[in-house]
Amino acid sequence: MTAPYLVCEHLVKSYGDARVVDDVSFSIAPGECLGVIGPNGAGKTTTLRMCLGLTAPDSGEVRAFGLHMPADALAIKQRLGVVSQFDTLDPDFTCAENLEVYGRYFGLSQASLKERVGPLLSFAALSHKATAKPGELSGGMKRRLSLARALINNPELLLLDEPTTGLDPQARHLMWERLQQLLQQGKSILLTTHFMDEAERLCDRLLLLDHGKKMVEGTPRALIDAHLEPDVVEVFGPGALALMQAPLASLAHRVESSGDTVFFYTSEAAPLLQALSAVPGLRTLHRPANLEDLFLKLTGRQIREDA
Amino acid sequence: MMRWWPVFLRNLRVWRKLAIPSLVGNIAEPLMWLVAFGYGLGALVGEVSLGEDKVPYLLFLASGSVCMSAMNAATFEALYSAFSRMHVQKTWDGIMNAPIRLSDIVLAEMLWAAFKSLLAVTAILAVMLGLGISHSPKLLLAWPLLWGVGITFSCLALIFNALAKGYDFFTYYFTLFLTPMTFLSGVFFPREQLPPLVYGLSELLPLTHAVELIRPLFMDHWPEHGLWHAGVLLAYAVVAYRIALALTLKRFKQ
Repeated sequence: MTAPYLVCEHLVKSYGDARVVDDVSFSIAPGECLGVIGPNGAGKTTTLRMCLGLTAPDSGEVRAFGLHMPADALAIKQRLGVVSQFDTLDPDFTCAENLEVYGRYFGLSQASLKERVGPLLSFAALSHKATAKPGELSGGMKRRLSLARALINNPELLLLDEPTTGLDPQARHLMWERLQQLLQQGKSILLTTHFMDEAERLCDRLLLLDHGKKMVEGTPRALIDAHLEPDVVEVFGPGALALMQAPLASLAHRVESSGDTVFFYTSEAAPLLQALSAVPGLRTLHRPANLEDLFLKLTGRQIREDA
Repeated sequence: MMRWWPVFLRNLRVWRKLAIPSLVGNIAEPLMWLVAFGYGLGALVGEVSLGEDKVPYLLFLASGSVCMSAMNAATFEALYSAFSRMHVQKTWDGIMNAPIRLSDIVLAEMLWAAFKSLLAVTAILAVMLGLGISHSPKLLLAWPLLWGVGITFSCLALIFNALAKGYDFFTYYFTLFLTPMTFLSGVFFPREQLPPLVYGLSELLPLTHAVELIRPLFMDHWPEHGLWHAGVLLAYAVVAYRIALALTLKRFKQ
């Protein structure tokens, strides 16, 4: 097995009394896509900042490509591509100039930049916007320009902080398609996201953080199988909440409620559905358990203070 | 490797897009001062005693106001423009994801703001030569020295850039520090006019030393205590830069 590109060991970071990251360890192998998921304030961005050497951990260690962060930060960043949560595009430059200027930060020559900028703009579906400034771009275009900019040094590992937050479905799907292309090219990706469908679609492995702690780690399918019953029946309508105490609740392994909706988790949905059909006025939705169910099971359904 | 260089180039590249309006601003304002005060007030004042010499007020003012222009050009760039890049546009955050350190960025910004003052000073000196205000060959030395003045004020301004929460903060720096300093440093009138206590205070101001260093060169004289004045400016620059760098590193470390 080849050595992992990135290794984080026992990272700890506190701000004042608040322990924002609490003993988090993980690694990313070449060609792998690791998703870091968790509610707002779970410690995702701080973890990413420590990987970049922008924040020093109180204890623990970050290594990338066999080098140590932050001592070898410059050598590591030479081989990294980063898309931060908020765009930091240069508003005074055109799309093409944004890529050129950024390439200069990596010491790339004018000649090699000339070769790279065109194909990257085309990869980002922005060839027609080469001379437009970021202010004239849509949200999705800006994110794709940020992604193209992060690729200017042909990095082996990409760190993406919520790359699709705030995008409409079309823009999000285009971003996913591009990220899948990059994975096929053999690049590794570390991705933070709030979107479980995104995590399920792109990531080989997931890391769920909450309150700075690693809750679980594994492939999306294995995590769902390990922590959830395979089927979910959602019930809403008048009298739905009362069903939690009704005899038919015993047909499910687990029952939860959120607002006016009741969630029955079960491995045998048929008897439950039959019993529910006898209750008039209810609306039911039967579906397989997904990552969102896992996320809510492990992090709770309450809205977070800072959300 | 000079990692600050691509950051400096980035700023230069943006400036090139806006060079004309920027230079017009840099030249027009000091020229208005010269015309209004130099010719207008100069007609009333006539000549100013400078040591044993008597010099026309216009020359007196021109040699002081060029120092003020160097100071202002560097200060504006290292406050408002650097703050936009650092805080508003998050340009610095983007750059730090590339193999460039925050200290490289601060150095680039410092040198860039000083370069802006060199541009302004060059334009103003050219106009002064054109108007025949001074023909001193020693202006050739004044030119790089004024770049040094730009460095000093660029370093000082970066301290306040590192401390700022918003643009409003810079009003303090201008109103409480720069504006009083221009009146106490002998730009507009000889410092000998000041009451003794204020005169003593004015000895501490960096702009005073810049004016004392540059003004005689306009009269084709060597400055008295030239090395001392240059040394004070250098000391201000070194100390201010170290403070600015430490405060900026602290600002970004969280």
